[in-house]
Amino acid sequence: METLVENIQSRLAGKFTSCTVAFDEVTIVVPRDKLIDVCKILRDDAAFEFKQLTDLCGVDYSTYGSTEWSTEATTETGFSRGRVNSSNSRHQWQHDRFAVVYHLVSYSKNQRLRVRSFVDEQEPIIPSVMPIWNCADWLEREAFDMYGIIFEGHPDLRRILTDYGFIGHPLRKDFPTLGHVEMRYDEEKARVVYEPVETEMRVLVPRVIRDDQRYADHEEKE
Amino acid sequence: MAEIRNYTLNFGPQHPSAHGVLRLVLELDGEVIERADPHIGLLHRGTEKLAETKPYNQSIGYMDRLDYVSPMCSEHAYVMAIERMLGIEPPIRAQYIRVMYDEITRILNHLLWIGAHAMDIGAMTMFFYTFREREDLLDCYEAVSGARLHATYYRPGGVHRDLPDRMPKHEVTNRGQKRLDRRNYNRQGSLLDFIEDFTNRFPRYVDEYETLLTNNRIWKQRCVGIGVVSPERALQLGMTGAMLRGSGIEWDIRKKEPYAVYDRLDFDIPIGVTGDTYDRYLVRMEEMRQSNRIIRQCVEWLRKNPGPVMIDDQKVAPPKREKMKDNMEALIHHFKLFTEGYCVPEGEVYSKVEHPKGEFGVYIVSDGANKPYRLKIRAPGFLHLAAIDEMSRGHMLADVVSILGTQDIVFGEVDR
Repeated sequence: METLVENIQSRLAGKFTSCTVAFDEVTIVVPRDKLIDVCKILRDDAAFEFKQLTDLCGVDYSTYGSTEWSTEATTETGFSRGRVNSSNSRHQWQHDRFAVVYHLVSYSKNQRLRVRSFVDEQEPIIPSVMPIWNCADWLEREAFDMYGIIFEGHPDLRRILTDYGFIGHPLRKDFPTLGHVEMRYDEEKARVVYEPVETEMRVLVPRVIRDDQRYADHEEKE
Repeated sequence: MAEIRNYTLNFGPQHPSAHGVLRLVLELDGEVIERADPHIGLLHRGTEKLAETKPYNQSIGYMDRLDYVSPMCSEHAYVMAIERMLGIEPPIRAQYIRVMYDEITRILNHLLWIGAHAMDIGAMTMFFYTFREREDLLDCYEAVSGARLHATYYRPGGVHRDLPDRMPKHEVTNRGQKRLDRRNYNRQGSLLDFIEDFTNRFPRYVDEYETLLTNNRIWKQRCVGIGVVSPERALQLGMTGAMLRGSGIEWDIRKKEPYAVYDRLDFDIPIGVTGDTYDRYLVRMEEMRQSNRIIRQCVEWLRKNPGPVMIDDQKVAPPKREKMKDNMEALIHHFKLFTEGYCVPEGEVYSKVEHPKGEFGVYIVSDGANKPYRLKIRAPGFLHLAAIDEMSRGHMLADVVSILGTQDIVFGEVDR
């Protein structure tokens, strides 16, 4: 792992913004204009040989660190109810809204690497890595389907998992878990009809963030 | 001059050999495939989105439902990801139990695969044979977790409970006591006795399957030289597991990046030579024998080493029921754990296991809450199915069935 970090420092100098080791995994953050360049080096350079792309996925950081239930200073006033879309945010997210995360594996070196690249909300466009790793085809289609991230240079960027004619990007944090439409068979029209969802979203277990002292030194190490 | 016309054919979503709900749009020139375009997502349930709205422990059951023919392996990847983030290590006995059940799962999966694959190609008998053995293994699932398929047996910090001392027996039959006794002969002892008896019988069963298929002329005609993948292409197409090993690349996460107790066990990794359907068949058959070997070693170890199967950390694992009766703290822990769960430190982890179908990965991003911020499931079948276009190009229509079979597709994990 140390050699991998050293190789990254020496061979990719100036091409990445940060390189961190956490939970025995190496993550590098690459600006999107240098992504293709970096990926080519990672695949072809004899020091890396990341011949396979294991996984590619999008992440939406827009509600990162926000909770549905404020658990501090509640003893005097009593507990509030857990609510969807409450705005208790613990920390402000510093980067762009979306990220594309690539997991690479090198069979010859027995190493793994995570590459992350941020894209902003207004222009969620990132170059496609399909020419470098062919298997990115469906993975990019999935990320497009789920997050609306556009992969420039992808030859066939269609939706993949959602229904034909689906509207919206379901894994975005502002997309409700219940969705927008529900469908049923209408006997009079003798076809399937779509209608707005009637059910209301409930919080069963509120999302909370607690400071756990046991992991205090754990976090310092990162 | 005759007009030449290409056909576009819809294969599925209701085709019996489409292994569930695949709509495959095929462009045909006569009977030769020019392009295969799979339309997936008919079984999309939004597992990833659902997991984001639930505390960590409540999503273990979703992992079973991803690849519903090999549930426990997917659970393993998920609980390992949480364990790594929490920085806890399950007791050694729990790890042996997990490995044993992982391998039972592998055999379960391969039995279904070979049964369905052979039936697609026309060998009906295989299906009956393999389901006979699956029945025994599903009883092992049931004995330990109460459910035959969706076990939810692995938990962060260990497994739900220890192996039972008594194997449940068949009770009712309308065909007489003698037959009942015969069915119960290997259920007199504990679960481990039953599993050991199975491992004694199983190699002979695999021989039986091989007699039916390996040198079978029809089987060979349908498999040899079909869906050939070169090692370079296998890497490029993101193939893992038996699909990669069939092409001659020796890579098995159990050996190369050992998790649980695989580094203490003795087993071999079979690899293929040509990368065709027949080689992948041979690889998987050998994997079943190797899994059998691993199970035997686990049974032997588990007999000798009793111990806890869950860590003694009440922030993650529920306290014992008896303790809750007179211990206030245990009661509070139980309440907090089941109403709120536990908070996982901030960070991200990618954990992977050698699933029967390939590399199954779980990528969790946590912002420190009691629910995952983002859960990504890396399903091996998803990338294998993406390769079907390349694998089936130039083959006949009937070979698509053979290629789908060799990919061992299960839509639960492809569509998620």
